[in-house]
Amino acid sequence: MAGGLLDEYLPLAVFIGISLVIGLALLIAPFLVAYQNPDPEKLSAYECGFNAFDDARMKFDVRFYLVAILFIIFDLEVAFLFPWAVAFRDIGWLGFSSMMIFLGVLTVGFIYEWRKGALEWD
Amino acid sequence: MTDLSTRSPASGASAKIALFGVLGAIGLVALGVAIYVLWWLFTQTDWFLNVVIYAIEAVVLLVCLLVIIAFLLLADRKIWAAVQLRRGPNVVGPFGLFQSFADLLKFVFKEPIIPAGANKGVFLLAPLVTCMLALSAWAVIPVAWGWVISDINVGILYVFAISSLGVYGVIMGGWASNSKYPFLSALRAAAQMVSYEVSIGFVIITALLCVGSLNLTDIVLFQEKYGLATTLGVPWLTFLNWFWLPLLPMLVIFFVSALAETNRPPFDLSEAESELVAGFMVEYSSTPYLLFMLGEYVAIVTMCSLTTILFFGGWSSPLGFAPFIWVPGVIWFLLKVCFVFFMFAMVKAFVPRYRYDQLMRLGWKVFLPISLGYVAIVAFVLQVTGWGGLN
Repeated sequence: MAGGLLDEYLPLAVFIGISLVIGLALLIAPFLVAYQNPDPEKLSAYECGFNAFDDARMKFDVRFYLVAILFIIFDLEVAFLFPWAVAFRDIGWLGFSSMMIFLGVLTVGFIYEWRKGALEWD
Repeated sequence: MTDLSTRSPASGASAKIALFGVLGAIGLVALGVAIYVLWWLFTQTDWFLNVVIYAIEAVVLLVCLLVIIAFLLLADRKIWAAVQLRRGPNVVGPFGLFQSFADLLKFVFKEPIIPAGANKGVFLLAPLVTCMLALSAWAVIPVAWGWVISDINVGILYVFAISSLGVYGVIMGGWASNSKYPFLSALRAAAQMVSYEVSIGFVIITALLCVGSLNLTDIVLFQEKYGLATTLGVPWLTFLNWFWLPLLPMLVIFFVSALAETNRPPFDLSEAESELVAGFMVEYSSTPYLLFMLGEYVAIVTMCSLTTILFFGGWSSPLGFAPFIWVPGVIWFLLKVCFVFFMFAMVKAFVPRYRYDQLMRLGWKVFLPISLGYVAIVAFVLQVTGWGGLN
């Protein structure tokens, strides 16, 4: 057997493989067994009683983009917190205070976003 | 119309034959490779036997999971109906018990439709990704002491990562449909899911701070052994040991965020019937639709079991003496998951749908500051008192 740490990841890979197989089997099944009779109306995009005027991939509100950016900042923050939380007992007051300073800096940024109205949806 | 769909019945038939040809060729090649790999693996029996055992374990867990989900889905509909003084599904089998299996058969025999304007590959990949990711989170969830497919030491990080990836299925489905309703819905769903992901992350961090391990089994074991009841000198009141009491605000935030994360009512803004028809699933039919629904329910049950593991002590029995500790852990785990799922179903039945700006306000302006503050408070208390930590 390979290195001890990675042993636990083999069943994980097998499990993901099996779930992929279940998904694929379900996805392919109707293409093999179900009755198919496509016509242009059936294959057209869903609309309110008229044909789609143009491609549906249109411009959208920039706020969605803003939310994505904010998400990246805070999710990275969470990612930093994971190892800190595990090693919490070994790093003492130094580790605690450095993380609090880091969180404080991020909170200042968060307050700035809030005051600037980046979190408003009106 | 014709410019959008160039596919006539005749070309459809020939395309189908071509598709079968390609699939057949790929299948033959795959079969050859598989036989060769199997033959090679048989020469390495030790390793190969392990893989077979893991595969059997995985299939058993997944089949149990899917059967339980079939009945939970029925329970969801029955509870919803009972709240509205209806009967709910009651035709297929006694009390409608086989409704979900009848639904499965119906989905499989429905005509699968791929819209002419859609990106066909991505369109079909989206439900597959959703379902596969939702299912694969279950590899690390311990349903009882030692009953876990893969006891990796970063279990909860893996679940967190997998549930983040769930956004991809939604976004791919909405974009590939090339239709306005799915597109808008996918944008909404993505923004909503990522917003609540952040508070879920902070909630997980508070539990991790108390335990000091990312392993889900360790989290449960910690709650069995240490906590309020043990500190008070009454370790047999195990249910007081669990994190729901000291981390109660986090439990509430986690539960509500889990609702939003899985697009459950009252946060089902991405599939709000009154405005977006069926959201990013508008263009889907047959099993691609089924895969989305299945993925959604698997994600819900994953969230229920995470709530159970993080706050309700996983498989440990609520009282640490005779008749209760005889009950196998998996029964307790199942009961607790059903309890949390019951709360999910009741919320669906009771609470009116949120508006999108309220949803974003709740996520960013209420949950994020509270959970961030609670992380700091918990860390401070643990640092001062020296509590927590496995070992």
